[in-house]
Amino acid sequence: MITFAGVTKRYPDGTVAVDHLDLEIPAGRITVLVGPSGCGKTTTLRMINRMVEPTEGTVTVDGRDVRGVDPATLRRGIGYVIQQAGLFPHRTIVDNIATVPYLLGWDKKKARARAYELMERVGLDPALARRYPAQLSGGQQQRVGVARALAADPPIMLMDEPFSAVDPIVRAGLQEEFLRLQRDLEKTIVFVTHDIDEAVKLGHRIAVFQVGGVLAQYATPDELLARPADDFVTDFLGGERGIRRLRFFKELDAEESAGAADGGGAAARAGSDGSESDRAGDAAAEGDGRTAAAER
Amino acid sequence: MNVIWNSLSWFGEPGRWSGPDGIPTRLLEHLWYSLLAFAITVAIALPLGLVLGHLRRGRAAAAAGFLVMSSANAARALPTLGLLILAVIMTSAGDLVPILIPLIALAIPPVLVNAYAGIQQVEPGLRDAAEGMGMTGRQVLARVELPVAMPLILLGLRTALIQIISTATIAAYVGLGGLGRYIVDGYSRQDYDSMAGGAILVIVLAIATQLAFAVLERAVVSPGVRPAERGRARPGTKRRARGAPPDAIPAEGRGALGGSR
Repeated sequence: MITFAGVTKRYPDGTVAVDHLDLEIPAGRITVLVGPSGCGKTTTLRMINRMVEPTEGTVTVDGRDVRGVDPATLRRGIGYVIQQAGLFPHRTIVDNIATVPYLLGWDKKKARARAYELMERVGLDPALARRYPAQLSGGQQQRVGVARALAADPPIMLMDEPFSAVDPIVRAGLQEEFLRLQRDLEKTIVFVTHDIDEAVKLGHRIAVFQVGGVLAQYATPDELLARPADDFVTDFLGGERGIRRLRFFKELDAEESAGAADGGGAAARAGSDGSESDRAGDAAAEGDGRTAAAER
Repeated sequence: MNVIWNSLSWFGEPGRWSGPDGIPTRLLEHLWYSLLAFAITVAIALPLGLVLGHLRRGRAAAAAGFLVMSSANAARALPTLGLLILAVIMTSAGDLVPILIPLIALAIPPVLVNAYAGIQQVEPGLRDAAEGMGMTGRQVLARVELPVAMPLILLGLRTALIQIISTATIAAYVGLGGLGRYIVDGYSRQDYDSMAGGAILVIVLAIATQLAFAVLERAVVSPGVRPAERGRARPGTKRRARGAPPDAIPAEGRGALGGSR
């Protein structure tokens, strides 16, 4: 679990990027930080691995203040994926993926074996292993970025708009595979996006930020769509909130039936702790009601 | 053309390939001055450029970078010959030092500026990813910034060495050896064949340097950042799936003497 307690980030010029943030990010789930640009979502993310240091307050990972850990050591234990993937152009794909294992001092053979394993895992043809990033498509590069973050099997992954640089069709595919991957891996994922659709699709919990680094609402996607906390959130969700909500339920339904077929896989997304699986049930029921209402 | 034919016969004159005024001796002298000046240049300018480029953050580093780069660029305008004469006057002549000073002054700017610019221009996303994955500052410099900036750094080194080699001829003006002897002595004797012969030797040496750097580039620049590769490295291109990319001729439009004076 990652906890923000009274965290503020103020820059020397007086700009407040994050304002008195209290946030609990559950372990093993996807938590999405969403909001317009300048809302402090990326700053919040970067305070977890000390790429940004808070001005006030503390960030703890599993009860441990991150400031007590050497930044390099801390970061090697946290997966990091950024927009445009940030792949090293001078390294082959396999060596890009093995970056953190190399830093941790694994021997080359073991690190590469792990990299090949991950390529398969994220759906990359092993024939690409010896290529260089510039020879890959945008979607393939993002997969490499995810594989690279997973290489040392960190319990936490920080993802900063990882899919926003690819076209919508590729993005949808990447999102699906990301969810599938997460069902197996159950990492604690903090995911930053400016796209509310992506947030609703991926998040177990969504933190909506507004400009000035204020947390406007922190809720499950369903709760967020059903009961936006204020006008800002309502506006941010946009006029298609109802449709989004329906789509959200449809996805849940689809997963549920898929889950029934493969023996309860839906639980992974609908939640393995009690409170959240209740939510899935309620949501399905409510969704049916809404659909019926819409048909009338 | 006649001049060249005549100078070719100069190459065949007796004693040309042996003795204290023979080509091998003069060539070695020339190389000795040049490589010594180059080594000192690299020792000074390369670390400075790399570190300043790496420390792009913070006002102090930026100010230092600006200052060094400006003076480096201003130093390009120094008249080399004037500097040589000045160095001769101010130090005891006959020593190597007077010739090294202008050569180093000439070579520092390209090395320094290219190393600085090369490192500084590394895409911020790469640094962010490198730091975010737990590389220390040094590791970011050595494992990411340096290899990515390598083509530009090598370009600076090559320019510097070619400039040194073509300028080291002026050593002869102050009584030192090197290939400049053939030019200076030829001039005083009105021996145009000797002058042309000396010039040809300097040109050949410069071309050899260019080739040596092409070999070096193949050895130390990753195919992923090789300028000649980038254009070809298109997604979906069905090239070799495995193994090293195809042989890249470090093709450049410029002539072999592009960097010389």
